Amino acid sequence: MTAPLGGAGAAPASLRELFLAFNRLALQGFGGVLPVAQRELVERHRWLTKDEFVEMLAISQVMPGPNVVNLALIFGDRAFGTRGALVALCGMLLAPLAVVLALTVLYVQFDRYPAVTGALRGMGAVAAGLILSTGLKLLVTLRRNVMGLPLCLGLAGLTVLGTAWLRLPLVWVIAGLGSIAIAIAWNRLKP
Amino acid sequence: MNHDAGDLFGLFLHFLVLSLLAVGGAITTVPDMHRYIVVEHHWLTDAQFTASIALAQAAPGPNLLFVAVLGWNIAGALGMLATMTGILVPSTVLSLWVTRWGAQRRETRGVRAFTSGLTPLTLGLLLSTGWVLAEPYLRNPAHRWGALALIAVSIVAMLRTRLSPMWLVALGSAAGALGWV
Repeated sequence: MTAPLGGAGAAPASLRELFLAFNRLALQGFGGVLPVAQRELVERHRWLTKDEFVEMLAISQVMPGPNVVNLALIFGDRAFGTRGALVALCGMLLAPLAVVLALTVLYVQFDRYPAVTGALRGMGAVAAGLILSTGLKLLVTLRRNVMGLPLCLGLAGLTVLGTAWLRLPLVWVIAGLGSIAIAIAWNRLKP
Repeated sequence: MNHDAGDLFGLFLHFLVLSLLAVGGAITTVPDMHRYIVVEHHWLTDAQFTASIALAQAAPGPNLLFVAVLGWNIAGALGMLATMTGILVPSTVLSLWVTRWGAQRRETRGVRAFTSGLTPLTLGLLLSTGWVLAEPYLRNPAHRWGALALIAVSIVAMLRTRLSPMWLVALGSAAGALGWV
């Protein structure tokens, strides 16, 4: 169960250390935890080499569920098995959860003040911009896709059309469009 | 807001399914959450829905926590329990199981077809999420131009500079508090 973490040579010494490390990196992550996770796990603790981090991230992205949560699970699992996975997950979620719920409760008390609702509206617009920019930034990765750029952009466009405009249930979009896309990719990958 | 056990169970089941569909992160399922919670069941208004996500975005921690805030705003602690366990349990179990099973199988044709096939959809879903979050502001003439400016500034800053998103969130809240948005 406790497979060695390899290259970097170091690993969290105890479940407590694992918990505190993930707690710390989650609390620093305003507007996204991933960049902080890279800095902490690779550069500060040296528990992972850059290559190991990228590999773990790739697996996290393929799996359903939030990427950073999957990253915590996989890292914790490699270090201490199932217990490690759960400890890393709790470390990442518990303290930020308390913070965000406190903010929610406070917000409800103050939502009649225009400055407060205005501030949240401003943050909401920025949040939309951040997500759009992430999507735009990652579009270049489609160039390396086996299906070719035009087809990929078409699939991405149809996804936007189906989910944002027609408001089709996501299950249909993934089951329909997704299986077509996987079948095309499977065909192109012919050995 | 009163919800019976059936509502809570339905909410839990819906998030259970979304958990398995969330390839590319929980945030990509926002359009479907919006469809289910706002359009279909009217448990939250458009403004409450967007505010929930903005609150989670403003706080430190994984973006996933917007799921907890949505649940909390729908039905308090029980609502939060329903949405969070729903979104976490299936993907957690599957992730652990699959990574243990397939660490060396990543280069096989099946796994590669799966990832390459779903990447364009994942990116489409990210753009769609951005649209669903922006749309309520853009539809309202009072907020349209301010929100559009903030969105544009955020996109340009993220693509062209290495500025931390934290500063953009701060900028957005300041502009909003001053009544510009």
